[in-house]
Amino acid sequence: MTTATPAGSTVSDPPGQSPKGSAAVERKSRFDVRERPELLLVPAVFVVLILVWQFLIPLFVDDYVLPVPSSIVDSLIQQLTDPLFWGHLEVTLRESLIGFLIGVGSAILLGTAISQVRLVEKTLMPYVVAFQTVPKVALAPLFVVWFGFGLTSKIVMAAVISFFPMLINVIEGLRAADADRIQMLTVFGASKLQIFRMVRLPSAMPFIFAGLDIGIVFAILGAVVGEFIGAKEGLGYLLLQTNYNFDIAGMFAVLVVLSVLGLLAHFLIRFAQRKIAFWAEESRVIAA
Amino acid sequence: MSLRAPGRQTSPATAAETDTDAWIRVAGLDKTYKARRSEPTVALQGIDLSVRRGEFVSVVGPSGCGKTTMLKILAGLVSRTAGDVQIAGNDVNGPLPEIGMVFQAATLLPWRTVRQNVLVPVEVQGLDKEKYGARADELLEMVGLGEFADSYPYELSGGMQQRAGICRALVHDPAVLLMDEPFGALDAMTREYMNVELLRIWQQSGKTVVLVTHSIPEAVFLSDRVVVLSARPGRIAEIVDVELDRPRDLSVMASDRAGVYVERIRRHFNATSVID
Repeated sequence: MTTATPAGSTVSDPPGQSPKGSAAVERKSRFDVRERPELLLVPAVFVVLILVWQFLIPLFVDDYVLPVPSSIVDSLIQQLTDPLFWGHLEVTLRESLIGFLIGVGSAILLGTAISQVRLVEKTLMPYVVAFQTVPKVALAPLFVVWFGFGLTSKIVMAAVISFFPMLINVIEGLRAADADRIQMLTVFGASKLQIFRMVRLPSAMPFIFAGLDIGIVFAILGAVVGEFIGAKEGLGYLLLQTNYNFDIAGMFAVLVVLSVLGLLAHFLIRFAQRKIAFWAEESRVIAA
Repeated sequence: MSLRAPGRQTSPATAAETDTDAWIRVAGLDKTYKARRSEPTVALQGIDLSVRRGEFVSVVGPSGCGKTTMLKILAGLVSRTAGDVQIAGNDVNGPLPEIGMVFQAATLLPWRTVRQNVLVPVEVQGLDKEKYGARADELLEMVGLGEFADSYPYELSGGMQQRAGICRALVHDPAVLLMDEPFGALDAMTREYMNVELLRIWQQSGKTVVLVTHSIPEAVFLSDRVVVLSARPGRIAEIVDVELDRPRDLSVMASDRAGVYVERIRRHFNATSVID
Protein backbone atom coordinates (compact mmCIF):
# COMPACT_ATOMS: atom_id res chain seq x y z
CA MET A 1 0.00 0.00 0.00
CA THR A 2 2.68 2.51 -0.88
CA THR A 3 1.96 3.57 -4.43
CA ALA A 4 0.09 6.82 -4.75
CA THR A 5 -2.65 6.87 -7.33
CA PRO A 6 -4.13 10.18 -8.40
CA ALA A 7 -7.48 10.26 -6.68
CA GLY A 8 -9.29 11.66 -9.66
CA SER A 9 -8.29 9.18 -12.34
CA THR A 10 -11.09 7.52 -14.25
CA VAL A 11 -9.17 5.09 -16.44
CA SER A 12 -10.24 1.47 -16.63
CA ASP A 13 -8.66 -1.21 -14.52
CA PRO A 14 -4.98 -1.73 -13.77
CA PRO A 15 -2.88 -3.51 -16.43
CA GLY A 16 -3.27 -7.23 -16.98
CA GLN A 17 -7.02 -7.09 -17.50
CA SER A 18 -8.28 -7.00 -21.04
CA PRO A 19 -11.77 -8.44 -20.84
CA LYS A 20 -12.50 -8.22 -24.53
CA GLY A 21 -9.27 -9.95 -25.59
CA SER A 22 -10.17 -13.57 -24.89
CA ALA A 23 -13.47 -13.35 -26.74
CA ALA A 24 -11.67 -11.99 -29.81
CA VAL A 25 -9.19 -14.88 -29.83
CA GLU A 26 -12.08 -17.32 -29.53
CA ARG A 27 -13.81 -15.88 -32.55
CA LYS A 28 -10.73 -15.88 -34.75
CA SER A 29 -10.08 -19.61 -34.46
CA ARG A 30 -13.68 -20.62 -35.03
CA PHE A 31 -13.20 -21.78 -38.62
CA ASP A 32 -9.50 -22.56 -38.49
CA VAL A 33 -9.08 -26.18 -39.62
CA ARG A 34 -5.77 -26.55 -37.78
CA GLU A 35 -7.54 -25.63 -34.53
CA ARG A 36 -10.60 -27.73 -35.31
CA PRO A 37 -9.72 -30.77 -37.44
CA GLU A 38 -13.29 -32.06 -37.06
CA LEU A 39 -14.33 -29.46 -39.63
CA LEU A 40 -12.58 -31.68 -42.20
CA LEU A 41 -13.08 -35.06 -40.54
CA VAL A 42 -16.87 -34.95 -40.26
CA PRO A 43 -17.47 -34.50 -44.03
CA ALA A 44 -14.62 -36.95 -44.76
CA VAL A 45 -16.35 -39.72 -42.80
CA PHE A 46 -19.58 -38.97 -44.67
CA VAL A 47 -17.89 -39.25 -48.07
CA VAL A 48 -16.18 -42.53 -47.09
CA LEU A 49 -19.45 -44.03 -45.84
CA ILE A 50 -21.30 -43.05 -49.01
CA LEU A 51 -18.52 -44.48 -51.21
CA VAL A 52 -18.45 -47.78 -49.29
CA TRP A 53 -22.25 -47.98 -49.47
CA GLN A 54 -22.32 -47.19 -53.18
CA PHE A 55 -19.56 -49.48 -54.37
CA LEU A 56 -18.76 -52.10 -51.72
CA ILE A 57 -22.08 -53.08 -50.18
CA PRO A 58 -23.83 -53.98 -53.52
CA LEU A 59 -21.29 -56.81 -53.83
CA PHE A 60 -22.90 -58.51 -50.83
CA VAL A 61 -26.47 -57.18 -50.59
CA ASP A 62 -29.18 -57.01 -53.26
CA ASP A 63 -30.24 -53.56 -54.38
CA TYR A 64 -33.93 -54.07 -53.56
CA VAL A 65 -33.05 -54.83 -49.92
CA LEU A 66 -30.57 -52.02 -49.43
CA PRO A 67 -30.57 -49.60 -52.37
CA VAL A 68 -27.36 -47.72 -53.14
CA PRO A 69 -27.17 -43.97 -52.44
CA SER A 70 -27.61 -43.08 -56.11
CA SER A 71 -30.96 -44.95 -56.28
CA ILE A 72 -32.07 -43.18 -53.12
CA VAL A 73 -31.15 -39.81 -54.65
CA ASP A 74 -33.10 -40.76 -57.79
CA SER A 75 -36.11 -41.69 -55.69
CA LEU A 76 -35.76 -38.51 -53.65
CA ILE A 77 -35.74 -36.35 -56.77
CA GLN A 78 -38.77 -38.22 -58.06
CA GLN A 79 -40.60 -37.58 -54.77
CA LEU A 80 -39.63 -33.93 -54.57
CA THR A 81 -41.00 -33.27 -58.08
CA ASP A 82 -44.32 -34.93 -57.19
CA PRO A 83 -46.98 -32.50 -55.84
CA LEU A 84 -48.57 -35.40 -53.93
CA PHE A 85 -45.40 -35.73 -51.86
CA TRP A 86 -45.53 -32.05 -50.89
CA GLY A 87 -49.08 -32.60 -49.75
CA HIS A 88 -47.92 -35.38 -47.41
CA LEU A 89 -45.09 -33.19 -46.15
CA GLU A 90 -47.46 -30.33 -45.44
CA VAL A 91 -49.81 -32.57 -43.46
CA THR A 92 -47.02 -33.91 -41.26
CA LEU A 93 -45.61 -30.41 -40.78
CA ARG A 94 -49.00 -29.08 -39.76
CA GLU A 95 -49.62 -31.94 -37.30
CA SER A 96 -46.16 -31.59 -35.76
CA LEU A 97 -46.25 -27.81 -35.44
CA ILE A 98 -49.75 -27.54 -33.99
CA GLY A 99 -49.03 -30.44 -31.62
CA PHE A 100 -45.70 -28.89 -30.66
CA LEU A 101 -47.27 -25.52 -29.89
CA ILE A 102 -50.05 -27.07 -27.81
CA GLY A 103 -47.70 -29.43 -25.96
CA VAL A 104 -45.01 -26.86 -25.30
CA GLY A 105 -47.47 -24.08 -24.46
CA SER A 106 -49.35 -26.11 -21.88
CA ALA A 107 -46.05 -27.39 -20.47
CA ILE A 108 -44.91 -23.78 -19.94
CA LEU A 109 -48.16 -22.88 -18.17
CA LEU A 110 -48.26 -25.97 -15.97
CA GLY A 111 -44.50 -25.86 -15.31
CA THR A 112 -44.75 -22.25 -14.17
CA ALA A 113 -47.62 -23.09 -11.83
CA ILE A 114 -45.81 -26.12 -10.42
CA SER A 115 -42.54 -24.27 -9.86
CA GLN A 116 -44.11 -21.17 -8.32
CA VAL A 117 -47.03 -22.46 -6.27
CA ARG A 118 -46.12 -25.00 -3.64
CA LEU A 119 -49.65 -26.40 -3.34
CA VAL A 120 -49.90 -27.01 -7.09
CA GLU A 121 -46.57 -28.78 -7.00
CA LYS A 122 -47.51 -31.05 -4.09
CA THR A 123 -50.87 -31.86 -5.64
CA LEU A 124 -49.88 -32.47 -9.24
CA MET A 125 -46.29 -33.71 -9.14
CA PRO A 126 -47.22 -37.34 -8.30
CA TYR A 127 -49.45 -37.46 -11.39
CA VAL A 128 -46.78 -35.88 -13.55
CA VAL A 129 -44.22 -38.44 -12.43
CA ALA A 130 -46.65 -41.31 -12.86
CA PHE A 131 -47.77 -40.24 -16.32
CA GLN A 132 -44.22 -39.52 -17.39
CA THR A 133 -43.28 -43.18 -17.02
CA VAL A 134 -45.99 -44.25 -19.48
CA PRO A 135 -44.43 -44.93 -22.90
CA LYS A 136 -46.30 -42.26 -24.84
CA VAL A 137 -45.81 -43.97 -28.22
CA ALA A 138 -47.91 -46.86 -26.92
CA LEU A 139 -50.84 -44.47 -26.58
CA ALA A 140 -50.99 -43.81 -30.33
CA PRO A 141 -53.55 -46.57 -31.14
CA LEU A 142 -55.76 -45.24 -28.35
CA PHE A 143 -55.64 -41.71 -29.73
CA VAL A 144 -56.58 -42.97 -33.20
CA VAL A 145 -59.61 -44.71 -31.69
CA TRP A 146 -60.57 -41.60 -29.75
CA PHE A 147 -59.78 -38.89 -32.28
CA GLY A 148 -60.08 -40.68 -35.63
CA PHE A 149 -57.93 -41.03 -38.72
CA GLY A 150 -57.65 -37.30 -39.37
CA LEU A 151 -55.22 -34.65 -38.13
CA THR A 152 -56.52 -34.51 -34.56
CA SER A 153 -55.15 -37.84 -33.34
CA LYS A 154 -51.67 -36.96 -34.67
CA ILE A 155 -51.77 -33.49 -33.16
CA VAL A 156 -52.69 -34.99 -29.79
CA MET A 157 -49.86 -37.52 -30.13
CA ALA A 158 -47.34 -34.79 -31.02
CA ALA A 159 -48.58 -32.60 -28.16
CA VAL A 160 -48.41 -35.37 -25.54
CA ILE A 161 -44.98 -36.53 -26.55
CA SER A 162 -43.42 -33.03 -26.65
CA PHE A 163 -45.16 -31.99 -23.42
CA PHE A 164 -43.05 -33.84 -20.84
CA PRO A 165 -39.50 -32.87 -21.79
CA MET A 166 -40.68 -29.26 -21.89
CA LEU A 167 -42.47 -29.50 -18.55
CA ILE A 168 -39.41 -30.87 -16.76
CA ASN A 169 -37.19 -28.20 -18.29
CA VAL A 170 -39.55 -25.37 -17.35
CA ILE A 171 -39.76 -26.56 -13.74
CA GLU A 172 -35.99 -27.01 -13.47
CA GLY A 173 -35.28 -23.75 -15.28
CA LEU A 174 -37.55 -21.61 -13.14
CA ARG A 175 -35.86 -23.05 -10.06
CA ALA A 176 -32.37 -22.49 -11.39
CA ALA A 177 -32.34 -18.77 -10.67
CA ASP A 178 -29.28 -17.66 -8.72
CA ALA A 179 -30.13 -16.90 -5.06
CA ASP A 180 -27.76 -13.90 -5.02
CA ARG A 181 -29.60 -12.31 -7.94
CA ILE A 182 -32.94 -12.79 -6.19
CA GLN A 183 -31.49 -11.28 -3.01
CA MET A 184 -30.16 -8.33 -4.99
CA LEU A 185 -33.61 -7.60 -6.40
CA THR A 186 -35.18 -8.07 -2.97
CA VAL A 187 -32.90 -5.44 -1.45
CA PHE A 188 -33.99 -2.95 -4.08
CA GLY A 189 -37.62 -3.69 -3.18
CA ALA A 190 -38.72 -5.96 -6.04
CA SER A 191 -42.08 -7.76 -5.82
CA LYS A 192 -42.43 -11.49 -6.46
CA LEU A 193 -43.75 -10.77 -9.93
CA GLN A 194 -40.82 -8.48 -10.70
CA ILE A 195 -38.38 -11.11 -9.46
CA PHE A 196 -40.08 -13.65 -11.70
CA ARG A 197 -39.94 -11.41 -14.74
CA MET A 198 -36.47 -9.96 -14.19
CA VAL A 199 -34.56 -13.00 -12.89
CA ARG A 200 -36.45 -16.29 -12.86
CA LEU A 201 -37.73 -16.20 -16.41
CA PRO A 202 -34.43 -15.13 -18.05
CA SER A 203 -32.57 -17.71 -15.91
CA ALA A 204 -34.92 -20.38 -17.24
CA MET A 205 -34.35 -19.46 -20.89
CA PRO A 206 -31.50 -21.92 -21.58
CA PHE A 207 -33.65 -24.71 -20.07
CA ILE A 208 -36.71 -23.63 -22.02
CA PHE A 209 -34.74 -23.73 -25.25
CA ALA A 210 -33.42 -27.18 -24.38
CA GLY A 211 -37.05 -28.23 -23.93
CA LEU A 212 -38.05 -26.65 -27.24
CA ASP A 213 -35.17 -28.40 -28.97
CA ILE A 214 -36.17 -31.84 -27.72
CA GLY A 215 -39.87 -31.00 -28.04
CA ILE A 216 -39.85 -30.14 -31.74
CA VAL A 217 -38.02 -33.36 -32.66
CA PHE A 218 -40.40 -35.35 -30.45
CA ALA A 219 -43.41 -33.66 -32.03
CA ILE A 220 -42.36 -34.82 -35.51
CA LEU A 221 -41.83 -38.29 -34.08
CA GLY A 222 -45.28 -38.22 -32.51
CA ALA A 223 -46.97 -37.15 -35.73
CA VAL A 224 -45.24 -39.87 -37.77
CA VAL A 225 -46.08 -42.57 -35.21
CA GLY A 226 -49.69 -41.41 -35.26
CA GLU A 227 -49.71 -41.72 -39.03
CA PHE A 228 -48.33 -45.25 -38.78
CA ILE A 229 -51.31 -46.33 -36.74
CA GLY A 230 -53.99 -44.97 -38.99
CA ALA A 231 -53.94 -42.18 -41.53
CA LYS A 232 -54.73 -41.33 -45.13
CA GLU A 233 -51.96 -38.81 -45.62
CA GLY A 234 -48.66 -37.61 -44.19
CA LEU A 235 -45.05 -38.73 -44.37
CA GLY A 236 -45.68 -41.60 -41.94
CA TYR A 237 -48.47 -42.82 -44.21
CA LEU A 238 -46.17 -42.45 -47.23
CA LEU A 239 -43.49 -44.44 -45.42
CA LEU A 240 -45.95 -47.29 -44.86
CA GLN A 241 -47.10 -47.14 -48.52
CA THR A 242 -43.56 -47.40 -49.86
CA ASN A 243 -43.04 -50.25 -47.41
CA TYR A 244 -46.08 -52.17 -48.70
CA ASN A 245 -44.83 -51.66 -52.26
CA PHE A 246 -41.39 -52.85 -51.26
CA ASP A 247 -40.00 -49.55 -52.55
CA ILE A 248 -37.02 -49.44 -50.19
CA ALA A 249 -35.37 -46.56 -52.04
CA GLY A 250 -38.62 -44.64 -51.64
CA MET A 251 -38.61 -45.38 -47.90
CA PHE A 252 -35.08 -44.06 -47.60
CA ALA A 253 -36.09 -40.94 -49.51
CA VAL A 254 -38.87 -40.25 -46.97
CA LEU A 255 -36.44 -40.97 -44.11
CA VAL A 256 -33.99 -38.46 -45.57
CA VAL A 257 -36.75 -35.86 -45.74
CA LEU A 258 -37.79 -36.56 -42.15
CA SER A 259 -34.19 -36.28 -40.94
CA VAL A 260 -33.69 -33.00 -42.78
CA LEU A 261 -36.93 -31.76 -41.24
CA GLY A 262 -35.69 -32.62 -37.74
CA LEU A 263 -32.32 -31.02 -38.41
CA LEU A 264 -33.88 -27.82 -39.74
CA ALA A 265 -36.17 -27.58 -36.72
CA HIS A 266 -33.22 -28.14 -34.40
CA PHE A 267 -31.10 -25.44 -36.03
CA LEU A 268 -34.03 -23.04 -36.08
CA ILE A 269 -34.43 -23.44 -32.32
CA ARG A 270 -30.68 -23.08 -31.78
CA PHE A 271 -30.66 -19.95 -33.91
CA ALA A 272 -33.52 -18.45 -31.88
CA GLN A 273 -31.69 -19.40 -28.69
CA ARG A 274 -28.56 -17.61 -29.79
CA LYS A 275 -30.59 -14.49 -30.56
CA ILE A 276 -32.86 -14.53 -27.51
CA ALA A 277 -30.78 -16.23 -24.79
CA PHE A 278 -27.47 -14.92 -26.09
CA TRP A 279 -25.80 -14.52 -22.69
CA ALA A 280 -25.64 -18.23 -21.84
CA GLU A 281 -23.71 -18.87 -25.04
CA GLU A 282 -21.35 -15.95 -24.47
CA SER A 283 -20.58 -16.67 -20.83
CA ARG A 284 -19.64 -20.20 -21.83
CA VAL A 285 -17.22 -18.79 -24.38
CA ILE A 286 -15.69 -16.56 -21.73
CA ALA A 287 -15.43 -19.42 -19.24
CA ALA A 288 -13.60 -21.63 -21.76
CA MET B 1 -21.40 17.08 -12.10
CA SER B 2 -23.99 17.19 -9.42
CA LEU B 3 -24.65 13.76 -8.06
CA ARG B 4 -26.58 14.84 -5.04
CA ALA B 5 -30.34 14.34 -5.17
CA PRO B 6 -31.54 14.70 -8.76
CA GLY B 7 -35.05 15.43 -7.57
CA ARG B 8 -36.30 12.80 -5.21
CA GLN B 9 -35.41 13.97 -1.75
CA THR B 10 -34.77 11.21 0.71
CA SER B 11 -37.07 12.62 3.34
CA PRO B 12 -34.88 13.55 6.31
CA ALA B 13 -37.14 12.50 9.11
CA THR B 14 -37.08 15.21 11.68
CA ALA B 15 -37.23 12.74 14.54
CA ALA B 16 -33.95 11.10 13.60
CA GLU B 17 -32.31 14.43 12.89
CA THR B 18 -32.98 15.75 16.34
CA ASP B 19 -32.32 12.40 17.98
CA THR B 20 -28.56 12.78 18.42
CA ASP B 21 -28.22 13.45 14.71
CA ALA B 22 -28.15 9.74 13.86
CA TRP B 23 -28.83 8.80 10.23
CA ILE B 24 -28.56 5.12 11.07
CA ARG B 25 -29.51 4.14 14.58
CA VAL B 26 -29.02 0.63 15.96
CA ALA B 27 -29.99 0.06 19.59
CA GLY B 28 -29.79 -3.14 21.60
CA LEU B 29 -29.68 -5.31 18.49
CA ASP B 30 -29.66 -9.08 19.09
CA LYS B 31 -29.77 -11.81 16.50
CA THR B 32 -30.15 -15.47 17.42
CA TYR B 33 -30.41 -18.19 14.79
CA LYS B 34 -32.66 -20.98 15.97
CA ALA B 35 -31.73 -24.41 14.67
CA ARG B 36 -34.20 -27.28 14.86
CA ARG B 37 -31.85 -29.90 16.26
CA SER B 38 -28.89 -28.08 17.78
CA GLU B 39 -28.49 -25.22 20.25
CA PRO B 40 -29.52 -21.76 19.00
CA THR B 41 -26.61 -19.69 17.71
CA VAL B 42 -26.19 -16.17 19.02
CA ALA B 43 -24.86 -14.20 16.04
CA LEU B 44 -25.10 -10.67 17.40
CA GLN B 45 -25.55 -9.40 20.93
CA GLY B 46 -26.27 -5.94 22.28
CA ILE B 47 -25.17 -3.95 19.26
CA ASP B 48 -25.53 -0.17 19.74
CA LEU B 49 -24.37 2.02 16.90
CA SER B 50 -25.17 5.44 15.54
CA VAL B 51 -23.94 6.61 12.17
CA ARG B 52 -24.05 10.30 11.24
CA ARG B 53 -25.26 11.46 7.89
CA GLY B 54 -22.44 11.40 5.35
CA GLU B 55 -20.21 9.29 7.57
CA PHE B 56 -18.10 6.37 6.31
CA VAL B 57 -18.16 3.50 8.81
CA SER B 58 -16.51 0.11 8.36
CA VAL B 59 -17.26 -3.07 10.25
CA VAL B 60 -14.46 -5.58 10.75
CA GLY B 61 -14.28 -8.75 12.78
CA PRO B 62 -13.15 -12.35 12.77
CA SER B 63 -14.74 -14.88 10.51
CA GLY B 64 -18.29 -15.73 11.55
CA CYS B 65 -18.65 -12.80 13.95
CA GLY B 66 -21.91 -11.76 12.35
CA LYS B 67 -20.78 -8.68 10.46
CA THR B 68 -22.54 -9.71 7.27
CA THR B 69 -25.63 -10.61 9.33
CA MET B 70 -25.57 -7.11 10.77
CA LEU B 71 -25.44 -5.58 7.30
CA LYS B 72 -28.28 -7.82 6.11
CA ILE B 73 -30.37 -6.69 9.06
CA LEU B 74 -29.73 -3.07 8.03
CA ALA B 75 -30.74 -4.01 4.48
CA GLY B 76 -33.97 -5.55 5.74
CA LEU B 77 -33.03 -8.98 4.39
CA VAL B 78 -32.73 -10.68 7.77
CA SER B 79 -35.08 -10.24 10.70
CA ARG B 80 -33.73 -9.28 14.11
CA THR B 81 -34.41 -11.05 17.39
CA ALA B 82 -34.44 -7.91 19.52
CA GLY B 83 -33.57 -4.23 19.36
CA ASP B 84 -34.34 -1.23 17.17
CA VAL B 85 -32.96 -0.40 13.76
CA GLN B 86 -33.75 2.89 12.07
CA ILE B 87 -32.47 4.31 8.81
CA ALA B 88 -33.21 7.92 7.92
CA GLY B 89 -36.02 7.89 10.44
CA ASN B 90 -37.66 4.72 9.11
CA ASP B 91 -37.94 1.54 11.12
CA VAL B 92 -36.32 -1.30 9.23
CA ASN B 93 -38.79 -4.16 8.86
CA GLY B 94 -37.91 -5.18 5.32
CA PRO B 95 -36.02 -3.70 2.40
CA LEU B 96 -36.27 0.11 2.33
CA PRO B 97 -36.09 2.09 -0.90
CA GLU B 98 -33.66 4.37 0.98
CA ILE B 99 -31.02 1.63 0.78
CA GLY B 100 -28.44 1.03 -1.88
CA MET B 101 -26.43 -2.16 -1.55
CA VAL B 102 -23.22 -3.47 -3.08
CA PHE B 103 -22.69 -7.21 -2.83
CA GLN B 104 -19.67 -9.53 -2.52
CA ALA B 105 -20.09 -10.52 -6.15
CA ALA B 106 -21.16 -7.80 -8.56
CA THR B 107 -24.38 -9.78 -9.23
CA LEU B 108 -25.10 -8.12 -12.55
CA LEU B 109 -27.82 -9.68 -14.69
CA PRO B 110 -26.07 -11.15 -17.75
CA TRP B 111 -29.06 -10.52 -20.04
CA ARG B 112 -28.98 -6.78 -19.41
CA THR B 113 -26.53 -4.20 -20.63
CA VAL B 114 -24.46 -2.35 -18.05
CA ARG B 115 -26.82 0.61 -18.24
CA GLN B 116 -29.92 -1.58 -17.89
CA ASN B 117 -28.27 -3.24 -14.90
CA VAL B 118 -27.60 0.10 -13.25
CA LEU B 119 -31.25 1.02 -13.77
CA VAL B 120 -32.61 -2.09 -12.00
CA PRO B 121 -33.56 -0.22 -8.77
CA VAL B 122 -35.24 2.51 -10.83
CA GLU B 123 -37.29 -0.06 -12.71
CA VAL B 124 -38.16 -2.02 -9.58
CA GLN B 125 -39.25 1.08 -7.66
CA GLY B 126 -41.13 2.52 -10.62
CA LEU B 127 -39.15 5.76 -10.74
CA ASP B 128 -38.95 8.14 -13.70
CA LYS B 129 -36.82 6.26 -16.23
CA GLU B 130 -35.78 9.32 -18.20
CA LYS B 131 -34.59 11.37 -15.25
CA TYR B 132 -32.78 8.49 -13.60
CA GLY B 133 -31.46 7.31 -16.96
CA ALA B 134 -29.50 10.55 -17.15
CA ARG B 135 -28.26 9.96 -13.62
CA ALA B 136 -27.19 6.42 -14.52
CA ASP B 137 -25.15 7.81 -17.39
CA GLU B 138 -23.54 10.38 -15.06
CA LEU B 139 -22.65 7.68 -12.54
CA LEU B 140 -21.19 5.39 -15.20
CA GLU B 141 -19.19 8.32 -16.52
CA MET B 142 -17.95 9.03 -13.00
CA VAL B 143 -16.63 5.49 -12.48
CA GLY B 144 -15.08 5.44 -15.96
CA LEU B 145 -17.59 3.08 -17.54
CA GLY B 146 -19.23 5.64 -19.83
CA GLU B 147 -18.19 3.85 -22.99
CA PHE B 148 -19.30 0.49 -21.61
CA ALA B 149 -22.90 1.53 -20.92
CA ASP B 150 -24.23 -0.61 -23.76
CA SER B 151 -21.85 -3.53 -23.19
CA TYR B 152 -22.94 -6.73 -21.51
CA PRO B 153 -21.43 -7.78 -18.16
CA TYR B 154 -19.40 -10.62 -19.68
CA GLU B 155 -17.45 -8.02 -21.64
CA LEU B 156 -16.27 -6.40 -18.40
CA SER B 157 -13.49 -7.37 -15.99
CA GLY B 158 -14.27 -8.14 -12.35
CA GLY B 159 -13.31 -4.65 -11.18
CA MET B 160 -15.40 -3.00 -13.87
CA GLN B 161 -18.40 -5.18 -12.98
CA GLN B 162 -18.11 -4.18 -9.35
CA ARG B 163 -17.98 -0.50 -10.32
CA ALA B 164 -21.21 -1.02 -12.28
CA GLY B 165 -22.61 -2.62 -9.11
CA ILE B 166 -21.72 0.53 -7.16
CA CYS B 167 -23.50 2.67 -9.77
CA ARG B 168 -26.58 0.46 -9.40
CA ALA B 169 -26.51 0.96 -5.63
CA LEU B 170 -26.37 4.75 -6.06
CA VAL B 171 -28.71 5.28 -9.00
CA HIS B 172 -31.93 5.78 -7.01
CA ASP B 173 -30.16 8.25 -4.74
CA PRO B 174 -30.43 6.18 -1.55
CA ALA B 175 -29.93 7.66 1.90
CA VAL B 176 -27.47 4.94 2.84
CA LEU B 177 -25.00 2.80 0.92
CA LEU B 178 -24.41 -0.67 2.38
CA MET B 179 -21.40 -2.62 1.13
CA ASP B 180 -20.82 -6.30 1.89
CA GLU B 181 -17.14 -7.11 1.28
CA PRO B 182 -17.47 -5.56 -2.17
CA PHE B 183 -13.84 -5.99 -3.15
CA GLY B 184 -13.13 -9.39 -1.60
CA ALA B 185 -13.16 -11.18 -4.94
CA LEU B 186 -10.74 -8.78 -6.62
CA ASP B 187 -6.97 -9.11 -6.89
CA ALA B 188 -4.84 -6.93 -4.61
CA MET B 189 -3.99 -4.32 -7.24
CA THR B 190 -7.55 -3.88 -8.45
CA ARG B 191 -8.69 -3.77 -4.87
CA GLU B 192 -6.40 -0.84 -3.96
CA TYR B 193 -7.51 0.94 -7.08
CA MET B 194 -11.18 0.35 -6.21
CA ASN B 195 -10.59 1.71 -2.70
CA VAL B 196 -9.33 4.97 -4.15
CA GLU B 197 -12.27 5.02 -6.56
CA LEU B 198 -14.75 4.37 -3.74
CA LEU B 199 -13.35 7.25 -1.67
CA ARG B 200 -13.73 9.55 -4.64
CA ILE B 201 -17.32 8.39 -5.28
CA TRP B 202 -18.15 8.77 -1.60
CA GLN B 203 -16.76 12.30 -1.53
CA GLN B 204 -18.66 13.29 -4.66
CA SER B 205 -21.96 11.73 -3.67
CA GLY B 206 -21.88 12.55 0.04
CA LYS B 207 -23.54 9.25 0.91
CA THR B 208 -23.60 7.60 4.31
CA VAL B 209 -21.66 4.33 3.91
CA VAL B 210 -21.51 1.18 6.01
CA LEU B 211 -18.85 -1.19 4.68
CA VAL B 212 -18.21 -4.73 5.87
CA THR B 213 -14.68 -5.89 5.07
CA HIS B 214 -12.07 -8.51 5.89
CA SER B 215 -9.23 -6.10 5.32
CA ILE B 216 -8.12 -3.93 8.24
CA PRO B 217 -5.95 -1.61 6.10
CA GLU B 218 -8.92 -1.15 3.76
CA ALA B 219 -11.16 -0.22 6.70
CA VAL B 220 -8.61 2.27 8.05
CA PHE B 221 -7.95 3.82 4.66
CA LEU B 222 -11.62 4.41 3.89
CA SER B 223 -13.38 5.07 7.17
CA ASP B 224 -14.17 7.81 9.62
CA ARG B 225 -14.82 5.12 12.18
CA VAL B 226 -14.08 1.39 12.29
CA VAL B 227 -16.41 -0.86 14.28
CA VAL B 228 -14.54 -3.90 15.57
CA LEU B 229 -16.73 -6.90 16.33
CA SER B 230 -15.61 -9.71 18.61
CA ALA B 231 -15.83 -13.39 17.75
CA ARG B 232 -19.17 -15.15 18.20
CA PRO B 233 -21.34 -13.94 19.72
CA GLY B 234 -20.65 -10.73 17.81
CA ARG B 235 -20.40 -7.76 20.13
CA ILE B 236 -18.81 -4.41 19.57
CA ALA B 237 -15.29 -4.76 20.95
CA GLU B 238 -14.22 -1.23 20.08
CA ILE B 239 -15.13 1.65 17.82
CA VAL B 240 -11.96 3.27 16.49
CA ASP B 241 -12.04 6.87 15.30
CA VAL B 242 -9.71 7.17 12.33
CA GLU B 243 -8.41 10.71 12.40
CA LEU B 244 -6.48 10.79 9.16
CA ASP B 245 -6.76 13.91 7.01
CA ARG B 246 -9.04 13.89 4.00
CA PRO B 247 -8.90 13.71 1.08
CA ARG B 248 -6.73 10.62 1.44
CA ASP B 249 -4.69 8.80 -1.14
CA LEU B 250 -2.86 5.49 -0.81
CA SER B 251 0.32 7.18 0.45
CA VAL B 252 -1.59 7.78 3.70
CA MET B 253 -1.34 4.10 4.39
CA ALA B 254 2.44 4.26 4.49
CA SER B 255 2.27 6.79 7.32
CA ASP B 256 2.97 5.89 10.92
CA ARG B 257 -0.41 7.13 12.09
CA ALA B 258 -2.25 4.77 9.76
CA GLY B 259 0.01 1.96 10.96
CA VAL B 260 -0.95 2.69 14.56
CA TYR B 261 -4.65 2.35 13.70
CA VAL B 262 -4.11 -0.89 11.82
CA GLU B 263 -2.11 -2.34 14.72
CA ARG B 264 -4.68 -1.26 17.26
CA ILE B 265 -7.48 -3.01 15.38
CA ARG B 266 -5.38 -6.06 14.64
CA ARG B 267 -4.67 -6.58 18.34
CA HIS B 268 -8.34 -7.51 18.82
CA PHE B 269 -7.95 -10.33 16.34
CA ASN B 270 -4.66 -11.60 17.69
CA ALA B 271 -6.41 -12.12 21.02
CA THR B 272 -9.09 -14.28 19.42
CA SER B 273 -6.60 -15.72 16.90
CA VAL B 274 -9.05 -16.40 14.03
CA ILE B 275 -8.92 -14.01 11.10
CA ASP B 276 -9.62 -14.64 7.47
